[in-house]
Amino acid sequence: MTEETHNAPVEPNAVEEPLDLVRLSLDERIYVKLRGDRELRGKLHAYDGHLNMVLGDVEETITVVEINEETYEEVIRTVKRTSEMLFVRGDGVIL
Amino acid sequence: MLFYSFFKTLIGQQVTVELKNDLAITGILTSVDQFLNIKLDEIRAVDDAKYPHMMAVKNCFIRGSVVRYVQLPASAVDTALLQDAARREAQQPTTGGAH
Repeated sequence: MTEETHNAPVEPNAVEEPLDLVRLSLDERIYVKLRGDRELRGKLHAYDGHLNMVLGDVEETITVVEINEETYEEVIRTVKRTSEMLFVRGDGVIL
Repeated sequence: MLFYSFFKTLIGQQVTVELKNDLAITGILTSVDQFLNIKLDEIRAVDDAKYPHMMAVKNCFIRGSVVRYVQLPASAVDTALLQDAARREAQQPTTGGAH
């Protein structure tokens, strides 16, 4: 059978995998898309392989679609909330 | 393991845990484990009128997988230390939790 050998990165910046690219965004403002039509914008302080994150100065935007039963029109509203420091669990993160 | 250690430093702080079912609970963090299960003391549902069925409950255990967010006091967080730890963690990816 063929064996695959995985080479671990020798130097800290040698291999550019997706999580390495996220590492470059530490201490920068980022945009995160979550399940449930939610979006966050905040400063990335920490993350891990599950995409758990700690964001600072975050603004959360929740998109709500309300359907008017009589006129059948869809009204799209957004609700915004802010936090000083927020831990986000990785299993809700899409983008 | 990074966030487990991070939460251990927050034990004793007042935090607000928002769950995936939109329930938000404020309390003092007493304990955390490797799955990021959380134990809170002196709890209060953030919107009392909306969630009255927690009135009798003082302490609770929350399974980590139902947490959406944990709101923390910014003053409790050393951001430089966190960022440094995250950089180091990224170089050694660990799958799940080691027993």
